[in-house]
Amino acid sequence: MSFMPYVPPEQLMKDRSDYAHKGIARGRSVIGLEYADGLLFIAENPSTTLHKISEIYDRIAFAGVGKYSEFEELRIAGIRLADLRGYSYGRDDVKARDLANAYSQALSTIFTQQMKPYEVEVLVGEVAGEAGSAGLYHVLFDGSVSDVQGSVAVGGHADELTEVLKQRYEASWDLATAVKSAVEILGTPASIEADSIEAGVLDRTCAQRRKFRRLDESEIAGFLT
Amino acid sequence: MAALGVAQATTVLGFKFADGIVMAGDRRATAGYTIADAKMRKVFAADDYSAIAIAGAAGQAVELVKLFQLELEHYEKITGDRLSLEGKANRLAQMIRGNFPMALQGLVVVPLFGGYDERQAEGRMFYYDATGGRWEEDDYQTTGSGGQPAKNSLKKRWRAGLSRDEALRVAVEALIDAAEDDVATGGPDVARKIFPVVMTVSGSGAEDVDDDDVAVAVEAVLAERGA
Repeated sequence: MSFMPYVPPEQLMKDRSDYAHKGIARGRSVIGLEYADGLLFIAENPSTTLHKISEIYDRIAFAGVGKYSEFEELRIAGIRLADLRGYSYGRDDVKARDLANAYSQALSTIFTQQMKPYEVEVLVGEVAGEAGSAGLYHVLFDGSVSDVQGSVAVGGHADELTEVLKQRYEASWDLATAVKSAVEILGTPASIEADSIEAGVLDRTCAQRRKFRRLDESEIAGFLT
Repeated sequence: MAALGVAQATTVLGFKFADGIVMAGDRRATAGYTIADAKMRKVFAADDYSAIAIAGAAGQAVELVKLFQLELEHYEKITGDRLSLEGKANRLAQMIRGNFPMALQGLVVVPLFGGYDERQAEGRMFYYDATGGRWEEDDYQTTGSGGQPAKNSLKKRWRAGLSRDEALRVAVEALIDAAEDDVATGGPDVARKIFPVVMTVSGSGAEDVDDDDVAVAVEAVLAERGA
């Protein structure tokens, strides 16, 4: 029989937490913010095919930072949950809050019961009919959830970015100003080219049922000039 | 099925025109000799670039459409890419094959499926049988109890390269022909403003033809017939 040394639970949690923190800090950041017409998710991402930002449902979007394989798994699980719920009940019954709770439960279980915690943080955002009614949830690797007011940066050097973001952020930004400001904040000190920016919006003024839209490179370049 | 009072959907058609494909259907659902619904919709956008038209047991057909729409959207969100038109048509065939045991008990669902193939930049159309058999159609196709008279009408009126306005007229005329020869197919009801549902799928996506435009086409056909 192998001998297991006693490790106090505080130490165990701290080790796991440090491990997850380090993993997440190695990656690049994502900014999520509410602008005049909806929600913007924006990130530095040189890949045009491996996305950090995605549509989940009609009015719900997702952004993940950290280890790609892990947040991709969460993204797919989220889409599956949302589609199943919308099919079983009704499209209006799919809510970002429920999704954030599901992510929280899953991440919390993984954090406490598995060998290694997930090195991810996710943002779940939702727009409703009127301005100022967007919901933005930030779920951490250990399952803690917070309800974000206005704007947030996650992953990479999230704390410094959030600091700068809070100083500059205004809820009345239009899309062009929001993109330009977010890219400036993400790109300090070295500026980022439009082709390395990934951005998606939930545009509440969009006439379609599905409010999510990816911004293409030329559109982003237009905002940055 | 009439004895059970199961609602049946009847005539739908689809054909190619200059920009892509047109799909249209009447509005009547019947249960035996009763008109179960006078405003039923039988033509739906399956996703942004394809449309599905249904005939057969209405409850099951509508459920099939709902599930098919969900599958296409789900695939698109998971992979970040739309399925190819061929892929969508094959998936639908599998779903109809899954319904085969119910079809043997009389609850048959036979759709028409068509869309704009973004890779080949052209409209394409497929039709099915109850076993999940799938065939591609080059010109025009119909299904449902009024399918035969509608097909006869299209045989005379349809030609390759119809403009959008001509296509609308041909579609409406075929449905009126079907309604004249088939009791289970509802003709346009001008007084109550119940007109056929007509959809087009072209390079700019799947769109409903405006009711007012359909009304103009209906009135033109009826005027020609001295109604």
